[in-house]
Amino acid sequence: MTHPSTSTKAYWEHFGHMADIGVRGFGTTLAEAFVQAALALTAVICDPATVRPQESVTVRCEAADPEFLFVDWLNAIVYEMALRHMVFGRFEVNIDDGVLTATLWGEPLDRERHQPAVEIKGATFTELAVTRQPDGLWRAQCVVDV
Amino acid sequence: MNIDRLHRVNDYTWRLDPTGAMRVPAIFYGDENLIRAMDDKVLEQAANVACLPGIVKASYAMPDAHWGYGFPIGGVAAFDAAQGGVVSAGGVGFDISCGVRTLLTGLRREDIEPVKESLADALYAEIPVGLGSRGRIRLDAAAMDAMLRGGAEWAVEQGYGEARDLDRIEEHGRAAGARPEAVSARAKERQRAEMGTLGSGNHYLEVQEVAEIFDAQTAERFGLHQGDVVVTIHCGSRGLGHQIGTEFLRSMQDAAQQHGIVLPDRELACAPIESEVGQTYLGAMRAAINCALANRQIITHLTRQVFARLLPQARLELLYDVSHNTCKLEEHRVDGERRRLYVHRKGATRAFGPHHPDLSAAFQETGQPVLIGGSMGTGSYILVGTSENDELSFASACHGAGRAMSRHQATRTWKGKDVIARLAERGILIRSPSARGVAEEAPEAYKDVRAVVEASDRAGLARLVARLVPLLCIKG
Repeated sequence: MTHPSTSTKAYWEHFGHMADIGVRGFGTTLAEAFVQAALALTAVICDPATVRPQESVTVRCEAADPEFLFVDWLNAIVYEMALRHMVFGRFEVNIDDGVLTATLWGEPLDRERHQPAVEIKGATFTELAVTRQPDGLWRAQCVVDV
Repeated sequence: MNIDRLHRVNDYTWRLDPTGAMRVPAIFYGDENLIRAMDDKVLEQAANVACLPGIVKASYAMPDAHWGYGFPIGGVAAFDAAQGGVVSAGGVGFDISCGVRTLLTGLRREDIEPVKESLADALYAEIPVGLGSRGRIRLDAAAMDAMLRGGAEWAVEQGYGEARDLDRIEEHGRAAGARPEAVSARAKERQRAEMGTLGSGNHYLEVQEVAEIFDAQTAERFGLHQGDVVVTIHCGSRGLGHQIGTEFLRSMQDAAQQHGIVLPDRELACAPIESEVGQTYLGAMRAAINCALANRQIITHLTRQVFARLLPQARLELLYDVSHNTCKLEEHRVDGERRRLYVHRKGATRAFGPHHPDLSAAFQETGQPVLIGGSMGTGSYILVGTSENDELSFASACHGAGRAMSRHQATRTWKGKDVIARLAERGILIRSPSARGVAEEAPEAYKDVRAVVEASDRAGLARLVARLVPLLCIKG
C-alpha cells in the first residue's frame, strides 16, 4: 500500500510485521518524511482523508538522535490521540537541531465516519530507521504496537 | 525457523547452545512443525535475551512464540538481582499485565440460546469496547493512586465485584510494591477515561461453551462440565500501561548505556534491577499490573450486571485471572537450590503447579488454571499448572494462538462483514464497532491454537483440561 502526496515526491506506506504493523514515510526533507510517517500512523486507524482539520494541537519533542526523535514524534501523536480521543489528518513539522515542533490538525474520533480499526499502543524500536536514501529521499520508519 | 543450529532434547524441547555473547542456552518448546513455522526472528531474539546480564538458566520460548520487541512474544527469562540481573521494559511489553479471566456462570448452553442475541446486544451496550470508547468511571488524583496501589482489591472495595474474587487472581488481586508516584502524569492522564474499557485489537469478551473435557477430575475441581457456559475477558492495563511501556523503553536506552550494558538489539533496553531506573520501572509496572487487575474486575462487575438482568438465575463466579505481560519476583528451584528471581513473561502465562505456596487453597491440590485465549472462531483452552514446570520454564506456559498472518495481509484477504457472516453461520455472534478490526482478527489470521496447547501439554508446561468454543464475542 503506497500513498503518494500530490505536490511532492513525498509518500507513505505500511509494511508487514507479524503481530503488528510498520509505518514508513518518504520525503525530500527529514520533516516531510516525518509528516508522511504520521499520515501512515493515522492510516493504521482510519483513512486520513476522512479526517477533517477542525482543531489543532501543537507538540514538541527533543532528541539528538534522529531515530529517537522519530519514535518520540510518533509517540507524541499516539499520546494526543489517546488523551483527546482525536484523530489527525494533517501535520506540519519543523525540525531544527534535534528539536521538533509540530502542529497536528484533526477532529474528535467519530466511530461511524472514521470506522477506526485498532488502537495504537506505542511506537517501537523494531525496524526503526531514519535515513537518506541514495535517491536523495529521506525515509523514516518503525513498527507500531497495536 | 531454521532448526539446523538446534539440538533436539526431546520431541517437544529444542536447545540452542550458547555461542558468542550468550550467557545461557535458549530453549524452545513445541513440536517440530511449530518450531519450523516460527519466524527466524524468534531464534535471534531468544538468543539475544540469553546475552543479558544476570540471566538464570536459560532464555525460553513458548510454543506460540513469535517475533516481538527485543524479547520474542512468548518469551520467558529470569534474572537474579544479586548477580547484576536486569529488568527490561521490552521484556514486559507495552500492554502491561494484559491477561485473561474466566467466569463460571452456572448456566448451560440451552439457557443461553433463547436470549443469545439480546445478551450480545446488552453486553456490547454496557461494556465500552473499541477505539474511542470511554468508561463511565472518572478517578481523581487520590483515587487514581489508590487504584494503582490496590488493583482488584481496590475495585472490590469500590463495589466492583466480591471479596471472594480476590482468591482467584494472581497475587490475590494486588501486586505489592506498586509506586504510583513512579507513574508519570501523562500515563495517569491517558488512563483518565479508560477505567472499565476493553480496548481494541485482540481484546475481547466472549461467552463460551465448554465443548470438550480432557481431564475430568481437574475439570470437576474447576467446576467445568461439558455444555457449561463460561465468560472470558481478555484485556489489559489500557492507556496507562501503554504509556509506561513507551516511556521506559526510551529511558532504559540511556540506562543500559550508563551501566555499560551492551545491547545486541536496541529493543532489549534494560536497567539493572538494583538501579534507580530499574526500581522506578518495577514500581510503575506493578502499578500498571494493578490497573489491569482493577480494569478486569470492573468489566467483570459490568458483565455480572448484564447477566443479572437477562439471566437472573446465573451466578458468575471467577474461575481464575492470569496476566501475560509481567515481571514478577518469585521463588524457583534452580539446580536444587531455591532462589528469588525476577521472572519476565512476555506473552506467556504463569502456570504454578500443585502445592505452590502462592496459590489459594482452592488450587493447592490441582495447580492453577492456565487460561489460553484462541481466535474468534477456533475456541480457547483451559489447562492446569504442573509441578514439573518449575524446572522447565520457571512455571510458564503459552498464552494464545499467535498470529499466522499480519494485520496488513488479513485486511487485504477478508472483509469484516464476511467474517461476521461466516461466524454467524456457525452460531457465533460478533458485536464490534469496527469491520476492519474484525477482518484483522479473522480466525484464519491466527495459528492453530490446538497445536500450541497440545505442545504445551506434551512438553509438560501445563496439562490440558477443557476446550471452550465461543457463542458470542464482543470485539474491540
